[in-house]
Amino acid sequence: MSDIALKVSHVSKEYRLGAIGGATLRGELQSKFAKLRGKEDPNLKIGEKAHEKNERFLALDDISFEVKKGERLGILGHNGAGKSTLLKLICRVTAPTKGEICMNGRITSMLEVGTGFHGELTGRENVYLNGAILGLSKAEIAERFDRIVEFSEVGQFIDTPVKRYSSGMNVKLGFSVAAHLDSEIMIMDEVLAVGDMSFQKKCIDQMRKAAEDEGRTILYVSHNMHTIRELCDRCIVLDHGKLIFDGDPEKAIELYLPKAGEEQYMERWLFSPDQRHQNVPSDLFAVEMFQFTEKGGFDIPQGSNMNFFLRVRAKEDSHSMFFRMIYYDKEDSQVGMTDSKTEDFMLKAGENLFEGTCNTALLAPGKYKLKLELCGYNLSGAEYLYESIDRIVHFCITENKEHRNLRWHHSWWGECDFGEMTIRHLNSGN
Amino acid sequence: MGEQHWDVVIRAQEKKIHIDLKGLKKSRDLIFLWVRRNFVSRYKQTVLGPAWAIIQPFFTTVVFSLVFGEIAGLGAAGVPNFIFYLSGTVIWTLFSNCLNQNATTFVANAGIMGKVYFPRLVMPIATALSQYITFGIQFAFMLIFVIYYVITGQGVHPNLFILFLPLVLIQTTVLGTGLGIIISSLTTKYRDLSMAVGFFVSLWQYASPIAYDMFSRRSLYERRFVYYFYMLNPVTPIINMFRYSFLGTGEIDWLYYGISWVSTIAVAAIGVRMFSKVERTFMDTV
Repeated sequence: MSDIALKVSHVSKEYRLGAIGGATLRGELQSKFAKLRGKEDPNLKIGEKAHEKNERFLALDDISFEVKKGERLGILGHNGAGKSTLLKLICRVTAPTKGEICMNGRITSMLEVGTGFHGELTGRENVYLNGAILGLSKAEIAERFDRIVEFSEVGQFIDTPVKRYSSGMNVKLGFSVAAHLDSEIMIMDEVLAVGDMSFQKKCIDQMRKAAEDEGRTILYVSHNMHTIRELCDRCIVLDHGKLIFDGDPEKAIELYLPKAGEEQYMERWLFSPDQRHQNVPSDLFAVEMFQFTEKGGFDIPQGSNMNFFLRVRAKEDSHSMFFRMIYYDKEDSQVGMTDSKTEDFMLKAGENLFEGTCNTALLAPGKYKLKLELCGYNLSGAEYLYESIDRIVHFCITENKEHRNLRWHHSWWGECDFGEMTIRHLNSGN
Repeated sequence: MGEQHWDVVIRAQEKKIHIDLKGLKKSRDLIFLWVRRNFVSRYKQTVLGPAWAIIQPFFTTVVFSLVFGEIAGLGAAGVPNFIFYLSGTVIWTLFSNCLNQNATTFVANAGIMGKVYFPRLVMPIATALSQYITFGIQFAFMLIFVIYYVITGQGVHPNLFILFLPLVLIQTTVLGTGLGIIISSLTTKYRDLSMAVGFFVSLWQYASPIAYDMFSRRSLYERRFVYYFYMLNPVTPIINMFRYSFLGTGEIDWLYYGISWVSTIAVAAIGVRMFSKVERTFMDTV
């Protein structure tokens, strides 16, 4: 037996744009009759040509790939890139327009688990029903039942109708059933989005175990790069229905991510009004410009600080103002914050130019974004956020071999490099 | 690699319509559990529970007996109106439920079918089997009255044709389900039919001898042309068979009984074909 679990060869899926067929039987008959008599279709909009009505759209365009047994394949792509269509084809929900999909072993899809649940039935009944829908026999479910219930953490509610469950419990139970199917190929689409953190971790561990120890094949779709990194050992990237990358997950993520934010590196940023988010819409203040002090200042060697100029225009004099900056990593998670609270300043009516330095020495090499906030204290002394410029400015911490001679692994070590620690050997052996 | 074995091969546009019999056989448990789900979910949170299965035909029968039997005088001669209408209602309910409930298979179950694959024919089969539970309750109810009328000697004569009961039941469900899945296959594209179906079935009831006895209607029974035409309705010979075997009223026309079977098989074959064709891509249109 070969070690290929799934083979997708030259698969395309075509959808017709717009309404599918006539919306009603009458409409369709009208169009057909008109065509027979060589007349214009009465259901076409004025100015629309017949071929336009049947415009086609390739959701998947000649996709081919193979997945080996035990491989954990991540599927990346933007909304509309064709990920879900691909999974639907693989789990036979709908048929491809062209091409062929071959697979070995049972396939389980966990596209939105728990969808087969019926609210009136109890958890126990639903486990059996859901298991049967997913292709198990009654005896096979009975054998796994205890494991399923234990994994799902809903033990005491197992004889309660599912409609009384919280949505988290619903997903947990659904996932547990799906995870215990022991099918050779498992498909997951964003299933881990729900459920608390510890359950998510449990699921990922279970999946990885299933793949490593039992040789299961996993296809995983998610927008969460963190779980992709944790779970997958290979990734494909889809873009507008085409397969644009197949290989190492880190590279795939690199390829996929920039498009999410269209990052740009510039020395000088002038902010347009629609880039400024005002807490209370007013034209009292405007953060107009941010500029890195040095040429190419957006590339900051690791261990150095960031120097910049900021220009703020104010309509009237205002006391007790300060800046805050929040660092984000390339996946849009906050890394840290710095502010100028202790040295609050007064904004004068007109243009105000500032020069500043903020600490970036602890940031590990990588790509970051900056959120600028203009804050102040209001009359009652409470902190108030006037304006923010959210993740428009990008900068890069570059590796600095003199500072620290090592290649940084974000998935292992996070975004902060606390440098070398001090350590002393206290006992003298023996 | 040469010869490669695959468990499942999904191809685009297969010319031959493939019916997943192997998968269907493996899904016996699913069918059973689905029947159970239909039954349990139907009567959960109702006070009367499965008693509703009796209440419906009972009141229909009472109304039919009064309006069509007593007032209009359309009942059968020699048989109490109540049992005449009850028997008709019970078998008609089985047929119409099979038809109505299967007519929405694809649209109603799009949620599940859009997520996982299982042999799609499981759904109509389970729906049809669920009807047997309702029918069983109603049939038991009817039998009580049959026995009562036999004991009190009111002209009810059950006979050996009762042995045809399994055939009658199979034919009723197959015909109802066949029509149901034809409609459900078409409704994935044309929603018009889902509007028409309930209304059409209730009209059909009047084209079948439910509310009246066809054999005491001269205009129906003695004008041969009308009779031939009338008997082509595949439900009519089934009802006649059912009534004749339990009540001993009416007659069995074997020619039309045969024709009715032919139409049933034809409907079922067309239904399964259409269903199997639609099931492959219905998620794109539904």
